[in-house]
Amino acid sequence: MIEDHLAIDARGLRKVFGKKTAVSDFTLQVKRGEIFGFLGPNGAGKTTSVKMLLGLTAPTAGTATLLERPLGSRQARTKIGFLPEHFRFHEWLTAAEFLDLHGRLYGMSKQRRTAVIPDLLALVNLADRADTKLQAFSKGMLQRIGLAQALLNDPELVFLDEPTSGLDPLGRRLVRDIINSLRSEGTTVFLNSHLLSEVEQTCDRVAFIREGVILQTASLADFVQDSIDVTLRVGSITPQLLAELAQFGNGVQMQEKNGRRIRLTLPHEDKLPDLVRWLTANGHNLYELSPQRLSLEERFLQIMEGRQPNNPTT
Amino acid sequence: MTTRQHNYQTIFIIAGLTIRETQRRRILWMTLLLGVGFLAVFGIGFHYIYLELNRQVLNSSELNLVSGVLLTAGLYAINFLTIVIAVLISVTAVSGEIDSHTIEALLTKPIRRWELVLGKWLGFAALLLMYTLTLTGGLMLIVYLRAGFAVQNLPAGMGLMIMQGLLVLTLTIAGGTRLSTLANGVMAFMMYGIAFIGGWVEQIGAMLRNETAVDIGIATSLIMPSEILWKKALLLFLPQSLNSTYGAGPFAVTSRPSDLMIIYAIFYMAALLAFALISFSRRDL
Repeated sequence: MIEDHLAIDARGLRKVFGKKTAVSDFTLQVKRGEIFGFLGPNGAGKTTSVKMLLGLTAPTAGTATLLERPLGSRQARTKIGFLPEHFRFHEWLTAAEFLDLHGRLYGMSKQRRTAVIPDLLALVNLADRADTKLQAFSKGMLQRIGLAQALLNDPELVFLDEPTSGLDPLGRRLVRDIINSLRSEGTTVFLNSHLLSEVEQTCDRVAFIREGVILQTASLADFVQDSIDVTLRVGSITPQLLAELAQFGNGVQMQEKNGRRIRLTLPHEDKLPDLVRWLTANGHNLYELSPQRLSLEERFLQIMEGRQPNNPTT
Repeated sequence: MTTRQHNYQTIFIIAGLTIRETQRRRILWMTLLLGVGFLAVFGIGFHYIYLELNRQVLNSSELNLVSGVLLTAGLYAINFLTIVIAVLISVTAVSGEIDSHTIEALLTKPIRRWELVLGKWLGFAALLLMYTLTLTGGLMLIVYLRAGFAVQNLPAGMGLMIMQGLLVLTLTIAGGTRLSTLANGVMAFMMYGIAFIGGWVEQIGAMLRNETAVDIGIATSLIMPSEILWKKALLLFLPQSLNSTYGAGPFAVTSRPSDLMIIYAIFYMAALLAFALISFSRRDL
C-alpha cells in the first residue's frame, strides 16, 4: 500500500438484499491515474458495486477506501466526480443553473464556478445551450451535461456509469477524447461499461464481474498477449492428431471453410514455437499457421462462460 | 473548507432549490393566485351578507356572531387547504427524487444526507408559512375591516394553525424517506383523516358526556395531534360566548384540548423530523 497510492482500495465488499446476494466479493485496487474498466453482464452487480463505493448503498460487509479515505468520507467526495447511469437531473433548471447548483454543493466559490462552468459547457459542446432548460434536452445532451457535472470540481477520481449509452458516434468520440485528456492530467477514471470496444480503446486495466464476484483483473496489454487463437493447415488431419493437439491448448476443432484447417486456442504465445517444433518433429507437414489475438469481446465471453484458456487442464 | 459553515450552506442551498422548484413548476404562483381568488370570494360574499344583516337591523352581538361564524368557516377551509397543500407539495420531495434518480448526483456531492432532508423541509416550511399567513391574515383583515370583528390571541392561534401545517408536512417528508410517493400520500391523508374523525368523536362524546368517546378522541390525538391544534387555535381566536353557540357543529369545541397536547405535538413533530433525517441517512438508494 505504501509503494503505490491507490484511488480505490476495496476489500471484500458485499451486499445482500434480503435473500439475494447482489455482490458477494468486491475486492479491487485501482491505482491513481489509471483508466479502469469495470465489465460484466447486466445484473452482475456492477451498479450495486459502484453505489457501495459512492456511499449510496451501505455494504453488508467489507471495507474500502477512496482516495485513501474511508467510504462515505465527505472530504474524499469533494474530489470525486460521478456520472450516474440514469443521468436524470432536475429538468426545470437550465444547463448553467444545473452546473452552478452542483458546483455549490461541491462547496466551490462563486468565482471558481463562474470561471469553470463556461469552459465545461464548451467541453461537452453545449456552450450555446447554457440557458436552455434541461427538460428540452435530448438524451445525448443530458448525458453530456451530466459528464460536465462530473468534472466540475476538477476531480481526482471520476466514476462514469455507462457514459455513452445515450450518445451517437460523435458523442462517443467526445467522451473518449475527454477520458484521454483526463488520463493526461493524471485523473483516475472508473468506467462502468458493457461496450467492450469502448473499454478496449480507453482503459489501461479491466476487471470482470459475474454473479457478484470479481473474476479477474488484468491489464489490457496482458489480455491481448495472454491467449491466442491459432489456425493450422497441415498435410493430413487425423483424429489422433486432433487429440494430441489438445496438450497445447483447448477448443481444438476442425474447420471446413476454404479447405480443411484446425483451430485451437493457446493459453499464451510462448506455446507457439513449441507447437511448431512438435508438429515438424512428428512428421506433420505444416503449410500454414496463423495466430490471431483475441479481442476483448472474445475474452469477455470466454470469462463469462467460465472458459478459462489460462488453465487448459480440463 | 470549514465544515460547520458548509453545513448551513448546504441546507440553505437545498431550501432555496426547493422553493425554486415550486416556482418553476408553477406550483407557487398557482397556489398564491388561487389563494387570492379564495380571499376575493370570501370578501365579496362577506360584504353582501353583512350588508343584508345590517338591513335586517340585528343587534351588535348578533352581528358579531354571524361575523364569527363566517370567519370560522373561512378559517376551517384554509386549515383544510393548508393540510392538502402541505401533503401535495412535499409528497414527492424525497421518494420522487429517488424514483427519478435525480438524488444520485446530489448525494454523491460532499453533503450529508440529513442536510438534504432538512433543507427540503425548511423550503417547504417557508412556503407553507407564507401561505397560511397570507390566507389567514387576509381573511381576518377582511372581517375586521368590514365588520370590526377582531380575533383574540392572534399570534398564539396563528402559531397553532401554522404548526398543524408543519406537522402534516413533517409527517409527509418522514413517510417519503421510506414509502413510495403514492403510499406516502395515502398515509398522510389517512393519518389526517383519523385525527379528524377522532376529533369529532371526542367533541360529540364530550357533549353527551360519554367518557369512552372522549378517550377515543384523545387516543387519536396522541396518534396524530393535528386536529387538536386546529381546535385549540379556534378556541383561542373566538370569544367564549361565540364558541358555546356552535353546539355539535364542525366548529364546536366542547372538550377543551389540554395545553399538554400542544407540548406533545411539538415533541411529536421533533421526533418525526428526527426520524426523517435518520431514516433517510440509513436508506439504501
